[in-house]
Amino acid sequence: MDPTTNEPTSNEDTAEPVADELLVEEISIDGMCGVY
Amino acid sequence: MTLSSQVGLRPEPFGALAYHFDTRRLVFLKSPGLVALVESLSQFASADEAIAAADAAHTPSSYQSALASLEESGVVCVR
Amino acid sequence: MSASRTTVPALVKQLKSGLDSPICLTWELTYACNLECVHCLSSSGQRDPNELSTAEAKAVIDELHDMQVFYINVGGGEPLVRRDFFELLEYAISRNVGVKFSTNGYLLDEAKAARLASMDNVDIQLSLDGADAGTNDPIRGEGSYAAVRHAMNNLNSAGFTGYKISVVVTNQNVGQLDAFEQLANDNGAELRLTRLRPSGRGADVYNDLRLTQAQQVDLYNWLITRPHILTGDSFFHLSALGEPLPGLNLCGAGRVVCLIDPVGDIYACPFVIHDNFLAGNVRDEGGFDQVWKHSDLFTDLRQPENPGACASCNSYDACGGGCMATKFFTGIPLEGPDPECVFGKADEALANVAASDIPVMTQDHSKPNRVKVTLGRRS
Repeated sequence: MDPTTNEPTSNEDTAEPVADELLVEEISIDGMCGVY
Repeated sequence: MTLSSQVGLRPEPFGALAYHFDTRRLVFLKSPGLVALVESLSQFASADEAIAAADAAHTPSSYQSALASLEESGVVCVR
Repeated sequence: MSASRTTVPALVKQLKSGLDSPICLTWELTYACNLECVHCLSSSGQRDPNELSTAEAKAVIDELHDMQVFYINVGGGEPLVRRDFFELLEYAISRNVGVKFSTNGYLLDEAKAARLASMDNVDIQLSLDGADAGTNDPIRGEGSYAAVRHAMNNLNSAGFTGYKISVVVTNQNVGQLDAFEQLANDNGAELRLTRLRPSGRGADVYNDLRLTQAQQVDLYNWLITRPHILTGDSFFHLSALGEPLPGLNLCGAGRVVCLIDPVGDIYACPFVIHDNFLAGNVRDEGGFDQVWKHSDLFTDLRQPENPGACASCNSYDACGGGCMATKFFTGIPLEGPDPECVFGKADEALANVAASDIPVMTQDHSKPNRVKVTLGRRS
């Protein structure tokens, strides 16, 4: 973690895959504004 | 495992959108590597074999978690 | 791990710059309506002589199929008034476009309920703005509460479960949220709450019916503990109050959703039926696809937005400056705070609005004999 911004530091330096990340997210089909 | 026949899978620059027509659940697949994995599932005898062959951009356990989510939401199912 | 309803911060940027196809969209099939709700966002009442024909509507459905638009929310006016309603409904489903339709329920008799219950990939949204006739009918018309209850009974008897009861939240019904939830639960239905905007005839009653700041906070607190309540993401401006509400929390107009109106006009969303937000028409060369992908308006909306006066606010990421339609019809700058900004940051802009700043309606399909309620700012 970068202590000044509290953001994860970039992984560009290494060729390893990023540690476990959320590859799937669900949003309700009713969850976008502009449809009544 | 295979992509469910009740699902529309729509490619996007970020990966894909998957919409289950019966449950009306909408799922974002946030990586092209995951999309390729999902599309390849039916060619393999097991999900683990498909993951072993998948894009190295993500860890096997990321893919496993993703497939578990997709199975829970009905996007993929056991054949 | 189970999929949960969360915001998708990494994806929001992608979605703000627009997709090659809408995810879903609103399609108003007709401006004809048997009711004259005081807040009607489409100012409906009279059929437009230039309505899309059945063949034209099917051609649009074909396009939506090709673009893989997942579902359409069909409304109006009152969509059941169209003689080809079921023909179009069945055609859409046959082309893999899911349909939810919004109705006032008057025409949802037992026969129609049975027919709908036998169909797959159809959903229904009943419009109701009060938990009793005394609250609902002044807004939607005498007998309209009873009509919805009747339609609900018909759907229940036909075995159609999981339909939506959709409420426009006003200062008249904001005290009835628990009652609405009870009504939905008692009937195997889902409750949906949406935002009142000064759109269409809504402009006339907005100042009389809009929530106070205290009521907005109450609404947020009620919703945040009930993530199963649908909102159509219409309260994303309230996400500045704390944890974001479920949904994308961004304005989807022209980016992931839009409106097709009864004459084929394509607007950014149903809350901006006005020339300034008209992107094109399905009858244009290249059809809906061309307009969605290449119209000047939608290209413009997909540019990075200018926060304007909101740039210095810590909550801008949460609320995105609020609702474009609400700002437009109130006559305040689109780059800047929403009139109902939870921190009151639009109060100064609102105080400085001149009558000439309020946009004039460019589309009005209200019946000619309606008595205009003139309690708003408009003269």
